[in-house]
Amino acid sequence: MDFSFTEEQTLLRNSVQKLIQSSYDFETRRKVAKSEAGWRKEIWQQIANDGLIGAAIPEDFGGLGGGAVETMIVMEEFGRGLVIEPYLQNAVIAAGFLKAGGSTKQKEELLPAIAGGESTYAFAYAEPQGRYNLADLTTKATKSGNGYTLNGYKAVVLGAPWADKLIVTARTGGDQRDAKGVSVFIVDKNAKGVTTRDYPTVDGLRASEVTLENVAVGADALIGGEGEGLPLIERVSDEAIAALSAEAIGAMKVLNDTTVEYCKTRKQFGTPIGKFQVLQHRMVDMFMNYEQSVSITYMVTLKLEEEEAERKKAASAAKVQIGKAGRFIGQQSVQLHGGMGMTDELNVGHYFKRLTMIDTQFGNVDHHLKRYASLS
Amino acid sequence: MDLNYTAEDEAFRAEVRAFIEQNQPQHLKGVKRGEYRTKEDFLAWHKILYKKGWLVPSWPAPYNTLSWTPTQKYIWNEENARAETPAILPFGVSMVGPVIYTFGTPEQKARFIPGILSGEVWWCQGYSEPGAGSDLASLKTRAVREGDHYVVNGQKTWTTLAQFADWIFVLVRTDPNAKAQEGITFLLCDMKTPGITVKPIITMDGSHEVNEVWFDNVKVPVENRIHEENKGWTCAKFLLSHERAGIAGVARSKNAIGRLKQMLAMEVVDGGKLIDDADFERKVAELEIDLTALEFTELRTLAAEQAGKGPGLESSILKIKGTEIQQRITELTLEAVGYYAMPFADPLAHNEFAPGPDYAEGAAQHYANMRKTSIYGGSNEIQRNIIAKMVLGL
Repeated sequence: MDFSFTEEQTLLRNSVQKLIQSSYDFETRRKVAKSEAGWRKEIWQQIANDGLIGAAIPEDFGGLGGGAVETMIVMEEFGRGLVIEPYLQNAVIAAGFLKAGGSTKQKEELLPAIAGGESTYAFAYAEPQGRYNLADLTTKATKSGNGYTLNGYKAVVLGAPWADKLIVTARTGGDQRDAKGVSVFIVDKNAKGVTTRDYPTVDGLRASEVTLENVAVGADALIGGEGEGLPLIERVSDEAIAALSAEAIGAMKVLNDTTVEYCKTRKQFGTPIGKFQVLQHRMVDMFMNYEQSVSITYMVTLKLEEEEAERKKAASAAKVQIGKAGRFIGQQSVQLHGGMGMTDELNVGHYFKRLTMIDTQFGNVDHHLKRYASLS
Repeated sequence: MDLNYTAEDEAFRAEVRAFIEQNQPQHLKGVKRGEYRTKEDFLAWHKILYKKGWLVPSWPAPYNTLSWTPTQKYIWNEENARAETPAILPFGVSMVGPVIYTFGTPEQKARFIPGILSGEVWWCQGYSEPGAGSDLASLKTRAVREGDHYVVNGQKTWTTLAQFADWIFVLVRTDPNAKAQEGITFLLCDMKTPGITVKPIITMDGSHEVNEVWFDNVKVPVENRIHEENKGWTCAKFLLSHERAGIAGVARSKNAIGRLKQMLAMEVVDGGKLIDDADFERKVAELEIDLTALEFTELRTLAAEQAGKGPGLESSILKIKGTEIQQRITELTLEAVGYYAMPFADPLAHNEFAPGPDYAEGAAQHYANMRKTSIYGGSNEIQRNIIAKMVLGL
């Protein structure tokens, strides 16, 4: 049993921290989120150049050859920095699909460009009627010639405004919610028939609504076997959940530290409000929520390579813990900061909003409680 | 003990319901206050009720000729919530108005009350300061008497809708050497007076509801002082304890749960309706039961008031439970809309592209915005302190 980090992992953490400190102060983040572009291409390139996008991509394909622990370290620090750029969509999701389901040719062609920040992906999986059910798909891919034709609508595709490629889930067979018959495709965003409507999200990111109308792709656009995509999608989603958990604990840590510091300095009734026992106990609960979340993040990170049922349970357990703790810590940080916690000017509200949205991504507490129970 | 309304009460309900149906501003039905576009939107219902003579059923004569019982006032609130009429802004009719008719001179009453009632004069509340939140009596905004004026210097904050205000009622410190509560004075100040600056505070949901109000050598005529110098805390306390009716927001919460259920009937999960999902059903049921208990707590308060026992310290219960329930409704709404909680609907820029169903728009922002309710009006921690001290004697 060992929960310590290797020297390389510590160096990785240090380099991410350095990047955040040098170019990701809160004021800059706030400005970037409100800017026309909504992100900084040059920072994304720097993230790539520092080797971070490729942290968990094999060395043969342009990465550093790390694994889930490396991803966790980067995501945790990005959570602290409230990083906007689409690390999850690329380093975790796009690379995840290719690593687990891509052919050698696809890996050789596509992974180095991801690691190098040259091509950018978004994951178009959610549909309005599907809620958090990854198999509930009305988007269809029909065989035509050597390739496929895609038709459908994808909701709230995070990072899509910045992407040049989309990973699209679609039905090649089966009924709307069947486990069989789901396939995964890579689609050029500028392909004929792809239309996007872009918008900002509550937590300062960007997303698009994506319409696919007779979009033609080649046979090589398929990742994994035709109709066999669901286990792959579930696997990558669980990896995304582990990464989001790491991002969440980074955000929680900032909120807890900020709140404790504020309560030590904010005086009312002639005394720092942190002297009031009711607030002390509240902050102790926030602290315990955080520690439990760290624990479960380690757990899920270390269990991503276990057999399927075990991995799914681990991911759902983590998502439940993170969702509940994120809500509690977010709400109490605002409450203890009083009116200041409500403002756009202070960072507290921004972490609160990001934690709120993390609960929504890849299924909320209710969804994962059910999934966990169904696996037990 | 009797749960039923009297025949008079039922007739009253029919009358007010008919009036509301015929007169409410249709374009504002169900619209959240944060989405109002003009000053007139905020005042539309106010002006209709003023014309009808139904604006201030709790005010004394001669300003009010109605003699609605507490039960009838309750019915009135219920019917307004049911019809989703705009909430009446409290700053004039529920806050400074009662202070003026209680503590003001005949001249002050004649000068200020007509504008409050007609809605021609928009008031805002200058209470909180950066260093004086929960501990309001520690306020530092200074007023020094010079001849027939006070000269005011300092800063107020969280001033709701000050961007529209014509006048502000403001608590100032006139005696820095007295005990905190004893050196405070209650002043009325024209917002156009030189030296007043209003700076917007944007909240995390992107809306502009609150402001900072800065005073830089602002001259306020002594005739604008309400009550005696250094007796302002009496007015402040009166204001805070006055008009607790509706503080729990029961009627509006009932209506909001109704809206939530409509939403749940439209939201799909695994091919079924979210409203039939056992877990979600249970959460809504818990919320409704909590609200039912609160409704009866409020009715008990009302009955006591009707029996001549003034509003008691129950108002702290109503505030705590009322805001907890309001916040819970926003949590369940957020959960109900799934991914469509994520799009940001900019309240400061209308007509932007809003993906997803209409009812989902701004759900996460409303959730964020409503966190304020457990902070404002005496935070819920302060309310619990009041119960601990005043009710339990701890």
